[in-house]
Amino acid sequence: MISVIVVMTIFLVVLYKYRCYKFIHGWLILSSLMMLFWFSFMYLGEVFKTYNLAMDYPTVAMIIWNFGVVGMICIHWKGPLQLQQAYLIAISALMALVFIKYLPEWSAWVILGAISVYDLVAVLCPKGPLRMLVETAQERNEPIFPALIYSSAMIWMVGMANPARHAEPTNQDTGMFCLISAYNPLALTMLRGVKLGLGDFIFYSVLVGKAAATGGDWNTTLACFVAILIGLCLTLLLLAIFKKALPALPISITFGLVFYFSTDNLVRPFMDNLAAHQFYI
Amino acid sequence: MTAAVFFGCAFIAFGPAFSLFIFTIAKDPLRVIILIAGAFFWLVSLLLSSLVWFIATKATNAQDLTLQKNLLIFGSIFSVILQEVFRFGYYRLLRKANEGLAAISEEDGPPLSVREMAYVAGLGFGIMSGAFSMINTLSDSLGPGTVGMFGDSQYYFITSALMTLALTMLHTFWGVVFFEGCERKRWWVIAVVLCVHLMVFSLSLLNPFYVGSILPVYAIMLLMAVWAFFSSGGSLHNITLLWTCRKSNAETSS
Repeated sequence: MISVIVVMTIFLVVLYKYRCYKFIHGWLILSSLMMLFWFSFMYLGEVFKTYNLAMDYPTVAMIIWNFGVVGMICIHWKGPLQLQQAYLIAISALMALVFIKYLPEWSAWVILGAISVYDLVAVLCPKGPLRMLVETAQERNEPIFPALIYSSAMIWMVGMANPARHAEPTNQDTGMFCLISAYNPLALTMLRGVKLGLGDFIFYSVLVGKAAATGGDWNTTLACFVAILIGLCLTLLLLAIFKKALPALPISITFGLVFYFSTDNLVRPFMDNLAAHQFYI
Repeated sequence: MTAAVFFGCAFIAFGPAFSLFIFTIAKDPLRVIILIAGAFFWLVSLLLSSLVWFIATKATNAQDLTLQKNLLIFGSIFSVILQEVFRFGYYRLLRKANEGLAAISEEDGPPLSVREMAYVAGLGFGIMSGAFSMINTLSDSLGPGTVGMFGDSQYYFITSALMTLALTMLHTFWGVVFFEGCERKRWWVIAVVLCVHLMVFSLSLLNPFYVGSILPVYAIMLLMAVWAFFSSGGSLHNITLLWTCRKSNAETSS
């Protein structure tokens, strides 16, 4: 699985370097089509099965069609920023659900660990594929790839009447696992926003989702959630200090994994005992 | 156990904290970060204390019930002490960070006053403490079951919710008072907060004798509320202004 991700990332960087933009666009559109239509259809099916709801095919077709088309428009073309953010989050969550459902128990944890190491290497090493991607995009002065990125704010460009929005499509295999400070040197007034790769969202969601799925203990899930948020805060702090693309996965995933295993084994029996006796610390 | 119990207890336990979050914290990203970091510090203190408790239980006889209960009490006292230590540590971290933020900020002075940070940090501790105490109980209340089958109290859920609410508010007030005491270098305040926290824990040992535990805890909460109000700059003058809806130059900050 790791080798698939590595190969795909390198393939993507090679395509970008040789300016095969049409190919990349086609690939991204195809993958977001698949996510928005097929995966959400599967998810809806599972929800109906769990709650034992009956639904006829025409209604489902209409729901999925509306959801999918608005998603495609929002992500690949123009749309309100909140809606685009919501769709990107929904897609990351769907992807994470697919990982959680189909990966065996231990594989998920090992993959999370390995992916953080790979992210560290890929973004920071001089020959790392993601670093080359970021540098190439910066050389050509283009927005870092019409890709796989969640932007938290819009950027005002010189001479444009409307704020330039970043319409970022998605890719399910290789997200951009890095965090970039959006800083356009041409703009007169710039609203500094932070961009986070969608791959990061996916793996955060996988961690929290696995914590919620195994054990069913809410304390563990909450602990992982807080740990990931703190990891992200620390990464943002480092971003403010170093001002270049940084891997967003390692710190958060490390914290998340440490807190998951320690909360599951140490805190859970302690809190269960306290709750049984109704002691409040 | 029904949806009514679930929603009722959830709103009792988390309603005030949630509304405090929505009205005072959600709009400012810096406050949100301080809240989450406060929750993280509480979590780390809980982790370390449960490590100590775990080692103690594994090293002793698991069949001896009184010993295990005493170890639990010992572990909880250690956890209370560690929570206050981490609160102090968080105060030091926030002071350092505030100086850094003031240096890089465009306006004059720091973006957040120490009192605002005290309130947000206290609320962070409180929310995390409340969530860890109550969430598993809440999720169990949705499922099937009989409360008090083995002679335990019938009022388990509602008393848990009430205690959680009290603890959340108490942590917020302790945060305000603690930070203010550290700012003014009044170290006795730290000792008093620690003692009150231990007292609240000891009162909870009286459960299921709820009259003896919940009523005093709420009385302590009201006293702490008054102390926190006066410690963060409030006064009777402000309250009268509030009630008569007159504007004034001096306002309470919190």
